[in-house]
Amino acid sequence: MSSPVIALVGNPNAGKSSLFNQLTGLRQKTGNFPGVTVDKKSGSWTIDSQTVATVVDLPGVYSIYPKSLDEQIVTDILANPDHPDYPDVAIVVVDASNLHRNLLLFTQVADLGVPVILALNMLDVARQQSKEINAVKLAMRLGVPVVRINARTGDGVDQLKKAVMGQIREPTLPGKLFFDPGEEAAELIDDTRRQYHLDNNYLALQYIIQHDGFTFLNRQQQVGLDAIIEKHQFSEPTFQAGETITRYKRIAQLLSEVVTDQRPINQPTWSQKLDRVLLHPVWGYAIFGLILLLIFQAIFAWAQPFMDAIDAGVAWLNGQLKESLPKGPLTDLLTDGILAGVGGILVFIPQIAFLFLLVSLLEESGYMSRVMVIMDRIMRKFGLNGRSVVPLISGVACAVPAIMATRSIGTRRDRLITILVTPLMSCSARLPIYTILIALVVPSQRVLGVFNLQGLALMGLYLLGLVSALLAAYVLKLFLRTKERSFFIMELPTFKLPRWNHVALTIWESVRAFVWEAGRVILAISIILWVLASYGPGDSMDRAEKQARLQSDKVTTEELQNRIASERLEASYAGRFGHLIEPAIRPLGYDWKIGIALLSSFAAREVFVGTMSTIYSIGDGADDEGITIRERLHQERNPATGGPMYTPALAWSLLIFYVFAMMCMSTLAATQRETKSWKWPAIQLAYMMTIAYVSAFITYQLLQ
Amino acid sequence: MSKRSVADLKIGERATIQSFENQLMSLKLLEMGCLPGAEVCLSGKAPLGDPICLSVSGYCLAMRKSEAATIFID
Repeated sequence: MSSPVIALVGNPNAGKSSLFNQLTGLRQKTGNFPGVTVDKKSGSWTIDSQTVATVVDLPGVYSIYPKSLDEQIVTDILANPDHPDYPDVAIVVVDASNLHRNLLLFTQVADLGVPVILALNMLDVARQQSKEINAVKLAMRLGVPVVRINARTGDGVDQLKKAVMGQIREPTLPGKLFFDPGEEAAELIDDTRRQYHLDNNYLALQYIIQHDGFTFLNRQQQVGLDAIIEKHQFSEPTFQAGETITRYKRIAQLLSEVVTDQRPINQPTWSQKLDRVLLHPVWGYAIFGLILLLIFQAIFAWAQPFMDAIDAGVAWLNGQLKESLPKGPLTDLLTDGILAGVGGILVFIPQIAFLFLLVSLLEESGYMSRVMVIMDRIMRKFGLNGRSVVPLISGVACAVPAIMATRSIGTRRDRLITILVTPLMSCSARLPIYTILIALVVPSQRVLGVFNLQGLALMGLYLLGLVSALLAAYVLKLFLRTKERSFFIMELPTFKLPRWNHVALTIWESVRAFVWEAGRVILAISIILWVLASYGPGDSMDRAEKQARLQSDKVTTEELQNRIASERLEASYAGRFGHLIEPAIRPLGYDWKIGIALLSSFAAREVFVGTMSTIYSIGDGADDEGITIRERLHQERNPATGGPMYTPALAWSLLIFYVFAMMCMSTLAATQRETKSWKWPAIQLAYMMTIAYVSAFITYQLLQ
Repeated sequence: MSKRSVADLKIGERATIQSFENQLMSLKLLEMGCLPGAEVCLSGKAPLGDPICLSVSGYCLAMRKSEAATIFID
């Protein structure tokens, strides 16, 4: 059985991903391309009983000259026959309603010498615009197979199968290059071909123009290409501009023979009519504001019942396990350590699912591009880009997928700033910390009849996160100087109905990524924390317990249990760590117990509430009904003053600390992966922690 | 009088692209179908007048005013 590699290539919005889903169904994998962190979707496609192909969906591009990081991968694969994903056949998916521009990429891919098939998609849209395309004539003129498909319905897939099999058995390449650089720069091309043993003129040109970006060339080869350019006094941009113009000219000529009827340029489509409202100076922002409100409503209100259900489910399971399993350290590890940790992860799934449901609906329908357009002017002032809006919105759920979403930002500096400030957006992991502490110090009152004071406080913290992200971006902009010009050129896709299977897939992938990426870290920390809180050096834990028994002879057994647990915790490794850092956090108003929670939540904020529950509820046990962590915090006394431990000053200091603090290993890892350096995660960690410490200090000292 | 650019167009106004001011920017714009001789129409502006939306070779292209200013028209 043979397993050829088939690559899907095409412009953004040409229907590539729809075709991918048609071909592979649900048998698809996501991962990264070898050596880079660009998302890779691949799946298997059973062409016939002997052939199961691997289909690779490449990022959408307008040409093989990349403009952003995720576009780079397309040329890296198509220009390198040794790449593991180098296709046996490339299917170039084109939007038939915009054939002129779509064929630019097609002719470039064909000229690289990859066996290609042209898949004509969106013929129904073309027909609505009264364009008829003669596919047979097109195939004859281009010298490659042309298949008419409908990627949404799956029409034409059978013919596509036949064409792919034909190309695999006997590859037909066009007789001559559509654009042959050898005609205009013969000596340069000859030199390059000889030195690098290439037999394709256009590939040789790509070596010349793109050698700095090709990851498969070593340093010596890149320097060698510089020398050839020097020798021939070759101007890359001039030649590239000439190439694009020549290609478009030839395509226009070709289309005049193949396509009948052209839509007049000024006839407004219904997408354009809709845009008059969505890009309107007043209505544009009003609609966007309403949609943001809807997103927040979904994350906070609609997700709540699901989160409660998951919480209750985990608690129930925990209780069941405690009852049915024999008492001992292993059971404790399973329930208080692992299950508590897993519960802390699972509880965020509804929020992430709701957020990505709405974000992917906005993207699928084409509205997200409009948001980028109306926000670009504002974002630019802060050193960001219209395209930064998506990462910033996604950051409200989780910074990890949000940072990955910055890959579509073409300018390096804009992208870097977006990555650095995105974690300041209050992610869903901060929400439980916010809610517990707010409930502790903000009374549940109505203001002006409609607003809940606690809700307002919560919104204030989210706004604080947003404002600080913008300000941080502004400051970073002053430091990160670059000669590279920031740009924002973007196609506005026509409005479409969302493809529900795509929406479902996006939700599934973001939830899965969160559970796996963040989950593994959180799980590991939970286990470590449980061990550290349950064991101490030597017999110190037992001595602490004895001490507690001696000192408390006139108390109830429940109170005794509490004291014992508390003393044991203080004597444990975790307790010692807490005491160790106490001097550093005392100015913020925190004691060693909070210190433990701070330290353990350093890896992931989610751990904070879990740790607090562990620290304050050890001894209360599972048999203790009704008492919540909030009530327990209410009861906590400050040993120095005798008053409540959780004063408004302390609670606000903690709240402000968590608004800014960079406490998420997964995010730092994502920053490292995306910037390919340890410098930026280090800077991110340092600047966010400094802001967190200083502002928590100020808050505590002012309110005290 | 300085040359007019796409940034000077009024909404609904049409023009033909003549040349580009900036070579690197022109590479990006050319690929998106902004070719010398191509007809463009300013179809809309974002709030605050920037970025702008162009109709060019049958689709809608958004770009910043500073980028539009590098496309000269007749």
